[in-house]
This record gives sequence, C-alpha cells and structure tokens, in this order.
Amino acid sequence: MILVIAEQQGGTLNKATWETVAAAQQAGGGPVKIAVLGATTAAVAADLASADVSEVIRAETPALEAYTQDAFVSALAALVAAEQPSDVFFPHTYQTRDFAPALAVRLGWALVTDCVGTRQADGRRLFVRPVFQGRLLADVACDGPALATFQIGAIRADSLKRGAGPAPIRSAAVSVDAAAIRQTPEAPFREAKQAVDLSQAERIVAVGRGIKEQEKIALAHQLASAIGAEIGASRPICDAGWLPMDRQIGSSGQTVAPKLYLALGISGAIQHLVGMKGARTIVAVNKDPEAPIFEVADYGVVGDLFDIIPAVIKELQG
Amino acid sequence: MKIAVCLKQVPARDWQPRVNDKKTWVRDQDASFELNEPDAYALEEGLRLKEKHGGEVVVCSVGPARVSQALREALARGADRAIHVEGEAMASADAFTVAEALAAAMKDEAFDLVLTGLQSDDQGSAQTGVMLAALLGIASATIIMEVDVQATGIRVKRELEGGWFQWVGLPLPALLTIQSGINQLRYATLKGIMAAKKKEIRKVAPPSGAVPRQQIVGLYVPEKRKQTRMIGGSPAEAAKALVAALRDEARVIS
Repeated sequence: MILVIAEQQGGTLNKATWETVAAAQQAGGGPVKIAVLGATTAAVAADLASADVSEVIRAETPALEAYTQDAFVSALAALVAAEQPSDVFFPHTYQTRDFAPALAVRLGWALVTDCVGTRQADGRRLFVRPVFQGRLLADVACDGPALATFQIGAIRADSLKRGAGPAPIRSAAVSVDAAAIRQTPEAPFREAKQAVDLSQAERIVAVGRGIKEQEKIALAHQLASAIGAEIGASRPICDAGWLPMDRQIGSSGQTVAPKLYLALGISGAIQHLVGMKGARTIVAVNKDPEAPIFEVADYGVVGDLFDIIPAVIKELQG
Repeated sequence: MKIAVCLKQVPARDWQPRVNDKKTWVRDQDASFELNEPDAYALEEGLRLKEKHGGEVVVCSVGPARVSQALREALARGADRAIHVEGEAMASADAFTVAEALAAAMKDEAFDLVLTGLQSDDQGSAQTGVMLAALLGIASATIIMEVDVQATGIRVKRELEGGWFQWVGLPLPALLTIQSGINQLRYATLKGIMAAKKKEIRKVAPPSGAVPRQQIVGLYVPEKRKQTRMIGGSPAEAAKALVAALRDEARVIS
C-alpha cells in the first residue's frame, strides 16, 4: 500500500497533492491511501475522497495547527508505524523538504526527492529524478521501503483517477507531545504587497533578458492582461530588481505548472526550465533559433519580441 | 559561538556531464570542480555570524581527496579549520550516507550552530542538512533568509512558497539550511590564501560498513518529448497563427 501525505494550510488543500496521488496510482504499488494532517481536516478529507483510493485518513490534533518539523515528524512516524505502507509519497513542497529528511532518519528509510515519476524494470520499482541541474535523469532503486517526493508539475493532475463514489474516510488517533516541539513558529507574512503564488496560476507570461529594459516589461503586462495571465520572470530580471523576487520562476524561485506559459526573450537555462517545463502548453518567442527554450516549447516563434508581441496583442483584441 | 558549515565540492556548473560505462554516475575524471554555490552562502553566513558574535567557523566536507581544495578555499575566505571525511566512493554517495559520515565526524565537537546550503548542484537531493540534524539530535529549520541570535536561542526567517515568509524560534544547538542570495559572497584575499596554508584540515575516515539505502541504477539524458511547431511569417502572420493555435488547438485562451 502506498500512503500519500496530502498538504493543506488552514483547511485549503495544496493542489500539488493531486499530482502526488496520481503518481501513487501510476506506481503499481497496490492500493493507495491518502492521509491529511492538521488541526481541522474534515473538508480537505471530503475533497480528497473523490480520488480513486481505498481510504482517506484524517490525522487530526491541535498540535498540528501551525506547521512545525518536530510535530510533523512525530505524527507521521506514528502514522507510518500504524498503517505499515510499503512507500510514502509527498508533494515536493518547501514544507515537505523541511520535515521529510528528519522523518527518513526517524524511520531509517530511504528518501528519494524531487521525483518526476516511477517505472518498473526487472521486477524493481524505480524512482526517476533529475540530477546535475536537470541535464540528466537518474533511475533510483531502493531495497527497502521508501519515502518519495514528487516534483510539482511533473505528473499531470488530470491523469488522476477519480472513484465511482467517495472513498471511505477514517480518523486515526494521533498524539503529539506539544512540549517536545522545539520550533516556535510565528504567523506567516508576505513582504511584497501583491505577492502571488505562481504555482497556482493558470496562465503565465514570463520575461527574460531579451526584454532588455525595465520599461519594456509594460509590453508583457499588456499581453498578460489580454489573456488573463500572471507575470513571471527568469532569475536575471529579478536579480536586477526589474520585477520582485516572488515573480522568479526556476530552481531558485517558484516551480509552476500552468495551462499556458509564454516565454518572452528567455533563452531557457536549465535553472529556469526545471521551474516551468511542467506547463501544459509552452510558447517561446526568442531571437535565437538555437535557444534551449525551443527544446521544451510546443509553439516557437523566432523573431524580435518587440515586433511579435504587439501583433499578438492586436490579434487578441481584434 | 562554535559554528560548523557543511559544504560539498561539485562539478562546475558549465561542465556538460557525460555518463560512465555502467550508467551509474558521470565520467568526472575530466570535470573541473567547484564549491557548491548554495554552500558558499552558508559559509558566508557562518563567517558573518562569527564576526558579529565571536567564536569559530569549522568547515566540514565528505568526499575524495580533491575535496581538500574546496576546504582550502573556505579557509582562505576566513574559516578557522576544516574536517574532511575522506573516501573515494563518497563522491556519488546518497544524502543519508553523507549525513551519517558527517554526524560521526562532528558529534564530539558540540557545535552550537550548523549551517548547510539549500541543496547541491550535482544530486540536488536537499536532504543532507536536515538528516544531519536528526542524526545529531538537534533542531533544524530550512530555506533560511535571515538569522537573528538571541539570548535564549535563535530566531530565523524561513522562506515559504508563493512570497510568504515566517519567523521561527529555535533553541541552540540547531542546524539551518541557508537560502541562496541571503548575503553577498566575499572572495578570498591574498592574505587569506596565505593564512589558509597554515590552517588545519583534519582527515577522518568514513564510518565502516555503511549500507546505502538507495542506488542510482541508470543515468541518461532526458528524451525530448515535445514536437515543437515553429511558426513563421511576418509578425502579423505569426501572431495570427499563434493566437489561432492557442485558441483552437491547445485551447488555453478564450
């Protein structure tokens, strides 16, 4: 049985969870169960029960209200001991990255992070993950049970199998010793006023060095508002301060998986590609026909974006 | 404050990795190596904390003999001494094995604060730091943007997703994984390079009998899965064809 650990904040499910459930369904490891941890889990559990899984487990206790590494490791170690899964899958979020290595040590299990899928070969289940900044893929074998985290956007959420009816929901007893939690978390806050979670955006217009001047970003904004998109950027644009850091997409920024990703003047360094190649439809506009961005693009236009983008805006309005 | 900074030496970013004959690792005989960039930010943060609060900075690394070059560079930037867990096979070891080797070499040092980079540029597992903390039995927090030393411990700013941040209090000893870009990196001065020659690099053997929990059994270049449709013509023609494709074929705009 594969146990998927859902991620939720304040009763809202992180959508990356659906991709991880799909990964578990496709892994061929027998039945799939989902567990959701938190102080209030009823609504999220009901939502998750629409997936084709054998059970949804609610692990609810007040000590799990605000995330802490110690509480999560303690609760999950107990849950794994009680449920005896063969593997445990997680979405590869910042939160998972904070606790999963400590959980692996507690359990003595392997941890395979940032997986893009699984496959079977010679009777073994292999985890597939990028190494060397995505320039190579590695097949990783584990002899014993494993924890595995799945890269956001690597598995299509629309490949998820829904159940004929809702899956049964069960509450599991979890007790966390609040006095043993060493981290004292304060309330999360935002620094940028209009900070946006790009991982949830349906459409993104992203700009790179090819935009040349900060003033020219206005053109990208016009295109974005014409199609209902968020603005994103490659690292050099944010390092230069032309757009705030929370607009950065790539290995040091956000990982996104929108329906449409329009890359304007982005050459496609691997550090950028790992953050956006999970987009369903990728359009690249670039002067350089050899730019690596065209390797991942569905549609490519070679040319000057200052000629092409105004024409696209005009076409959209006409 | 007794500070440890764990760092890794990795193939240079611009090196194009080629797979070895067994397809289990890269042919790194002809690679040039460099200090893993995320670890450079951890080192810089450690040096700044020492400058502010006193104490010492000890750099620790696991890997083949070549790793002493990265440790020497860290000493030239201002670290006081180094611990090198030396083993040829450790170049491609998984994070759990590396964390166990570090924990064995570091446990008797009783560090107040241990810093690591966010992840390595080679395997990119982003696990070693938190695993090391768990093995040492100390608290940890990840993706740290700011470190504030207080009377009873530390208060650190964690980066969350989507532009969110959070301050978290931790008792000492503790381990932090440092977010890249937290500070401006310094470079070694000539004086630092000269001074580094006299600093200690203590060599330690990795623990014997370690059994890796995972293995790379295949390594390959990702297949290009996409057929790219190149759209030509004048800007107006290209725009027309592109908008039509996005509306009618991909159905991603209305």
